[in-house]
Amino acid sequence: MNAHFEYLLRIGDSTLILGQRLAEWCGHGPALEEDIALANIALDLVGQSRLILTHAGAVEGQGRDEDQLAFLRAEHQFRNATLVELPNGDFGHTMLKSFLFCTFLRELWAALERSTDAGLAAIAAKSSKEARYHVEHAGDWVIRLGDGTAESHGRMQRSLDDLWSYTTELFAANPTDEAVRHSGIGVGWSSLQPGWEVAVGRVLNEATLVVPAPSAFLSRGKFGVHSEHMGHLLAEMQYLQRAYPGATW
Amino acid sequence: MERKEWPLWEVFIRGRNGLDHKHCGSLHAPDERLALQNARDVYTRRQEGVSIWVVRADHIVASDPDAKAELFDPAADKIYRHPTFFKLPQDVDHM
Repeated sequence: MNAHFEYLLRIGDSTLILGQRLAEWCGHGPALEEDIALANIALDLVGQSRLILTHAGAVEGQGRDEDQLAFLRAEHQFRNATLVELPNGDFGHTMLKSFLFCTFLRELWAALERSTDAGLAAIAAKSSKEARYHVEHAGDWVIRLGDGTAESHGRMQRSLDDLWSYTTELFAANPTDEAVRHSGIGVGWSSLQPGWEVAVGRVLNEATLVVPAPSAFLSRGKFGVHSEHMGHLLAEMQYLQRAYPGATW
Repeated sequence: MERKEWPLWEVFIRGRNGLDHKHCGSLHAPDERLALQNARDVYTRRQEGVSIWVVRADHIVASDPDAKAELFDPAADKIYRHPTFFKLPQDVDHM
């Protein structure tokens, strides 16, 4: 697979799958206001995916559009980070997962504003503004729940212990990153790690949460190897286009 | 376990620069920062505003609805308080 296309899929698939997960909260939020906030953020992310996948289809040059890429690929063809496909858990768990990944996205979009791929740079400039709000929203919840009651603190610490090892994948070096970095289309995600660690550390510290010790575990979603949760997510997300190909309304 | 409901906040939105903030509704939120975020998400999704104020509803001091008679009715027959008796120059006639 062409590195440019692959790099775009990693971004567009990650925002799509996180958007799908956050949209699962629709109608189930802890309060009406939070329900709307989650749906807004989910739709921001799906909107970013639409732009990126449309662009990726053009880069690939096989005539595939955003819908074909989103709804007609199989699990192993998705390139999202494993972190975003993990189940939502409780509200705090979702906020923490969202905070960890949206902080990464914020760093990524900011760097991609300087991409030599003008289309990607334009999408990054638009998405950067959205990402800054997503980080603020999720981060505020992480602080409040982490530094909240004994119950909420305990749950948030367990969530952090569960999710932390999936963040290693984000920064793992690989030939695709190296190729796009070389051509100026993208940045190697490993270069975003220091900024991400500072931003995440500041919030986790305020939330009185303890960063777990590093582990050797390396998830491989962005290389197409997904967790057992991904198939279920895709079955739901892709059902309509699979059952009624080309359906529109 | 103790249960606490989130407090109620009144939301005021400024539609455009130069206009004043107008009351547009209320919402529940645990604190002022999240009240602002919720107001942004609930009331400015369709570009309704460029600035938001939130105020805890219980910090607003309101007049007593039962006191309308003594507060507002006496103004009804004081037509001399309206500056409608001055002859204005043609150009500013419709002040």
